[in-house]
Amino acid sequence: MEETNESTISRREMIVGTTAAIAAITLANVMGTQAAPHSVPLSLAKVSFTVNGQSHDLEMDTRTTLLDTLREHLHVTGTKKGCDHGQCGACTVLVNNQRINSCLSLALQHQGDTITTIEGLGTPDKLHPMQAAFIKHDGYQCGYCTPGQICSAVAVLNEIKAGIPSHVSASLLDTPQVTNMELRERMSGNICRCGAYSNIAEAMSEVAQKQA
Amino acid sequence: MKTFTYERASTPAEAAAASARTPGAKFLAGGTNLLDLMKLEIEAPQHIIDIGKIGLNKIESTPTGGLRIGALVSNTNLAAHPIVRRDYGLLARALLAGASGQLRNKATTAGNLLQRTRCPYFYDTNQLCNKRVPGSGCAAIAGFSRQLGIIGTSTSCIATYPGDMAVAMRALDATVETVKANGAKRTLSLDQLYRLPGQTPHLETTLEKNELITTVVLPPPVGGVHIYHKVRDRSSYAFALVSVGAILKKDGTGRVAVGGIAPRPWRIESAEPLLPSGAKAFTAQLLKGARPTKENEFKLALVERTLAAVLNEAKH
Repeated sequence: MEETNESTISRREMIVGTTAAIAAITLANVMGTQAAPHSVPLSLAKVSFTVNGQSHDLEMDTRTTLLDTLREHLHVTGTKKGCDHGQCGACTVLVNNQRINSCLSLALQHQGDTITTIEGLGTPDKLHPMQAAFIKHDGYQCGYCTPGQICSAVAVLNEIKAGIPSHVSASLLDTPQVTNMELRERMSGNICRCGAYSNIAEAMSEVAQKQA
Repeated sequence: MKTFTYERASTPAEAAAASARTPGAKFLAGGTNLLDLMKLEIEAPQHIIDIGKIGLNKIESTPTGGLRIGALVSNTNLAAHPIVRRDYGLLARALLAGASGQLRNKATTAGNLLQRTRCPYFYDTNQLCNKRVPGSGCAAIAGFSRQLGIIGTSTSCIATYPGDMAVAMRALDATVETVKANGAKRTLSLDQLYRLPGQTPHLETTLEKNELITTVVLPPPVGGVHIYHKVRDRSSYAFALVSVGAILKKDGTGRVAVGGIAPRPWRIESAEPLLPSGAKAFTAQLLKGARPTKENEFKLALVERTLAAVLNEAKH
């Protein structure tokens, strides 16, 4: 019998294994209750878009989400899969400079789009100001939600700059301000189970002040 | 997710025609609700017609002073539009109270209107649900129903329409323009668009198969104070327990639509003359015939109190 040295299992392999186990349970549940006739053969379709400045011409199983395309096909794994249902924000990327949940989007919906992931914002040698601020303010603990948090944070400051109001803006007509309440409201689509929220807001405030 | 074939349409008429050609086809706009349900195989279209890039993304003034909103205008762009913010504050507020920033960037105007009326038992494929599997029964009625409907429901289904935008649109007398597969066009009010569940909760709108919403039209602005007050279990990114959308004048007259309590945005025009008499009198008429469960009967009082807060805010 082959011995497994625990230290040779990477964090990614561990997460992949756990996710597969959860997926298998969910699939079993679905299979048990749904028996509608469905006889469409596996279908492929073409799509072209750029990711972090690099263009890609792909032919995909029609069902593939943008998130799975990035991670499993293009091996750009900075973007994370959390809930896979648009509730946690771990998969947040920028599409044509707007943040979206890449898990709730088919790759095929992005013909001609410009996609930016955490890898496209900065590199370890040349950090994006938001990445540097997250490090300085301890804006993460386990780090799993962080790529989504940072992509979302960058987009939030752009949205405020563009004058887009939020639920907590006192006036719909005045230019929104970078307040703690505004940041908290606008970041509500990104969940952090370690609870780094207050530090994330501080990191964002600092970047906003430097930009002003 | 079940397999499907895929095509991109280039015009609304072409999309409607393509839908008629292919059995089991569905339109895909933003996809934030449809793809979510497809992953759970609650929705399983055999063919997807991607309408994301067929235009319909403009907001234009009408000759009579109203607004024409393309079906594919994103929730973010609609809420941020200067005319919407200035003249249709209720609509901007409702949009901004809904979902998250990421979802509002992707979700479209018509897609938002057509999001499924749903409840946790609809999402859980281990549970009985007449909406998911017609005739199978409803696990929600005797289940955990705190979030669910109190009026307009039936013995088959007590799910609520969860959206915010449509509550505002209903109060603003918005209409939708559609195109059918044969090219015929028609206009529907939201009252005409949304069905009540009755014994067929899987049917939520009166749109025909293959019929596509192309535009949402707002009549000229209604003067008064615009308020959208959403009460929910957490202060952001949650569905409403109760939401009140109101346009109120200084003399106390106005119009009110309520969310979070019914299978569609709930507005009873014939109750509105009672608004100057106060929250109690109006709510009694608005909720006449309500059939709450033990777990959600608190919503009866919550509607009245939320409305009282709104009426009070409008005076100041």
